[in-house]
Amino acid sequence: MQSNVRSQGWIGDTPARSDGPAKVAGTARYIADIAFPNAIDASVVRSHVPRGRILGIDFDPNFDWSDVTIITAKDVPCNEIAEIECDQPALADDQVRHVYEPIVLLACEDKTKLQRAVQRVHVRIEQLPALLNVDDSLACNPLVLGKDNVMCSYRVVLGDAKAEIERAEVVVRGMYEVGHQEQMYIEPQGCVAYWDDAGLHVVGSMQCPYYVEKALAHALRLERSRIDVTQSVTGGAFGGKEEYPSVVAVHVALLSKKAGRPVRMIYERQEDVQATTKRHPARVTVEAGCDRDGTLRGIAVDILMDAGAYVTMTPVVLSRGVLHACGAYRWPTALVQSKAVITNTPPNGAFRGFGAPQTIFAVERHMDRMAEAIGMEPMAFRQKNLLGIGATMPTGQVLNGSVGVQECVQRALEKSDYLRKKSTLGKANSPAGATKVRGVGASVFLHGAGFTGSGEDRLKGAVELDLLKDGHVRVRSSSTDMGQGTETVFRQIAAQAAGVPFENVSVATPSTAHVPDSGPTVASRTVMIVGSIVESAAKELGERVRNEQQQHGGSFAEASNRLLEREGTVVVHRRYAHPAGVKFDDATYTGTAYPAYAWACDIAEVEVDLDTFEIDVVGFWSAVDVGRAIHPVLCRGQLDGGALQSIGWALCEEVQWKDGHILNPRMTTYIVPTALDAPPFMTDLVEEPYTFGPGGAKGIGELPMDGGAPALAAAIEHATGIAFNRIPMTPERLFDAWNESQRERR
Amino acid sequence: MEYDIEVTVNDVRYKARIPASFTLLQLLRDVLHLTGTKEGCGIGECGACSVVFNGELVNACLVLGVEANGATLRTIEGEAKGEQLSDLQRSFIKHHAAQCGFCTPAMILTAGDLLRRIPTPTDEQIIEGIAGNLCRCTGYEAIVDAIREVARDAKGGAK
Repeated sequence: MQSNVRSQGWIGDTPARSDGPAKVAGTARYIADIAFPNAIDASVVRSHVPRGRILGIDFDPNFDWSDVTIITAKDVPCNEIAEIECDQPALADDQVRHVYEPIVLLACEDKTKLQRAVQRVHVRIEQLPALLNVDDSLACNPLVLGKDNVMCSYRVVLGDAKAEIERAEVVVRGMYEVGHQEQMYIEPQGCVAYWDDAGLHVVGSMQCPYYVEKALAHALRLERSRIDVTQSVTGGAFGGKEEYPSVVAVHVALLSKKAGRPVRMIYERQEDVQATTKRHPARVTVEAGCDRDGTLRGIAVDILMDAGAYVTMTPVVLSRGVLHACGAYRWPTALVQSKAVITNTPPNGAFRGFGAPQTIFAVERHMDRMAEAIGMEPMAFRQKNLLGIGATMPTGQVLNGSVGVQECVQRALEKSDYLRKKSTLGKANSPAGATKVRGVGASVFLHGAGFTGSGEDRLKGAVELDLLKDGHVRVRSSSTDMGQGTETVFRQIAAQAAGVPFENVSVATPSTAHVPDSGPTVASRTVMIVGSIVESAAKELGERVRNEQQQHGGSFAEASNRLLEREGTVVVHRRYAHPAGVKFDDATYTGTAYPAYAWACDIAEVEVDLDTFEIDVVGFWSAVDVGRAIHPVLCRGQLDGGALQSIGWALCEEVQWKDGHILNPRMTTYIVPTALDAPPFMTDLVEEPYTFGPGGAKGIGELPMDGGAPALAAAIEHATGIAFNRIPMTPERLFDAWNESQRERR
Repeated sequence: MEYDIEVTVNDVRYKARIPASFTLLQLLRDVLHLTGTKEGCGIGECGACSVVFNGELVNACLVLGVEANGATLRTIEGEAKGEQLSDLQRSFIKHHAAQCGFCTPAMILTAGDLLRRIPTPTDEQIIEGIAGNLCRCTGYEAIVDAIREVARDAKGGAK
């Protein structure tokens, strides 16, 4: 009877991904590939100054505007993009607050004419003094927000860290800086809107259809029942399509309403790099004390993030940064302070890791400095102080299970042969005059899965599972697949829990008219949080069919058909609730910050060319505690891909600014890693199950973004003796630092 | 100014009238509705629009549509033989070399071009061969695995 169900189960198996055949055949339909009859194209007129007062908008009288649809701020029913706050206008009205801010929307059937039309709109702006960086903002030069330009601020206190640091035998201070990072998904942003009797329809490349629905309802003053938002096949996102598609969607919806026909907006690459959100740059100051035997005493961290011009996701990015700032270690006392300040640069937003890569870079570099100060090998120093079961974290959270970090460190050290390489490679072991030097470096880190603090409790994400004919099951959820494999792993989870073959489970296209709000597809929450309710709903659905089987006989398929005939529809609805005991106090920042953490150890080996100062990553080892790999190959795909993004951020990705403009808005000037830049990845999965994850799984989507940069910095330091506290570590910067170090030696 | 052109794509002859300014990418996507070829940048930087033009791999966004007059092209739509996916397509599925999939059609054509030129490439040659095609999802590891396996199997079959 169970012949169709594999005895070992679908969880842990590696079925081909659901969307594989369409993707390799070129038949997967991304937003730019879908034909919308009668659709016209749209474009945006943007600000060219970082801050100013809009005096007027002139439409060239010598241009034929008769077939151009025009929208300005006064055409927007409620001129706000509803995200965490509603501070960002859909279109700038009286003021512009950053370069590239949208001011006028245009749509036209003739695409070439559309391009010309954009040039014929002249926005008269009186330029005002602008905050071009965080230092301007801190100096309130000028003051543009509240009494101090601070957008938000959080604080975590465990004991009296300042006093404990003062009493420590060794105290180390350091400052660490990281820059913007562009998501650079290969498919640019894009949405199409059209209206019919049912209301407004938006289709597009996005992570979070319900975020888009909320923004549309707010800006167009529409009832949610009149809006349907559907995700098209999405060509990568990495956080970049978390909140930003709300802007694109509102723009096309406004244009489509006025034009009376479908409107399509697909961003040009340059526009996408310029106007859309990026990773928040951060400056992190750390002061920490330990004893000579390596015992940690206390840590004080001060985080400063650049929010850009509007709030977007900044409060939660900063919060996640705060909660990861002390790393994977047992600190008896800790004080983390933080703020994000406003600047007149494009708003920064979600990007894989979401604040954690910024602070983990700082704390990991700092651990290296402390190890150096007491003369301990950096990994020995870390191993002495790793968190484990029963340990208390800075928010007072006591770890009660699924902490595989010690195993991760041991495996990574072994597989990479770190200790031998540490003593045989490196600057100290290189012959004088060597033109190529090698080094190894490591990092240890964690990433909390799910929304921060009480977020999941407020959100109460939902899924619905339908019983279909012949015992098939359909999962309806707003969790999107943007490449990571959501659809495939949901099928595996549901198949295993319902006791049906993988082939008999399907996943509905995320469309707000047809799927419940499972919460956004962010925060490493899809498998662990949404997957857990898919699992329990599938279990119930399977049980209902089996009860019917027990009572009236027949196969699973026959019992399903009888149930459907009798009841019409058979649907199991599930809402997420945190496991008992998971509580967080937002006011005091104490309690369980995340229900579970994924853990990892990265080890990088580099070869530095002392003639060209190129940095070649020759090997990258990663051991990762994922709880349980639902699909080990897809899981590795997330870990390798995320690691390469962190390598890019560490070595070559840098947004260059001048007067609030981006100087390198292209793929040949903002450099992301090519195949030639990618090291061989030796990725090892450690499985310390999390009780409440499906099959024991934890969220791991963001984790690999956290550890690459500090591991590379340590490896470059081992190879060259140069300790970078700032990324990216480009050949130019290494060249300068090397020359300086040579001068000092003389 | 508009021009009449004739082009053979995946063994099918098409006639079209296009403006002189149209790129080959616009011809394929907007006129012939062959949307498997993707636009990631439009200026020859990402490689997502790679197609085979008279036997040579090109970025379709850097070739003018009128230059394709009389040319023979191969796009991803011509990779499978009917329902039968090619070895590369099957290997990409098997190794999970497609995540978001946006770079995948061009990556497969690029890999095919590589294997035509170098039937048994080393890993270095595979990496060099796909270096003009950006992928932001996979870290390239699975893509290299997928191509390597096709090359190895072809080598085995030739014995």
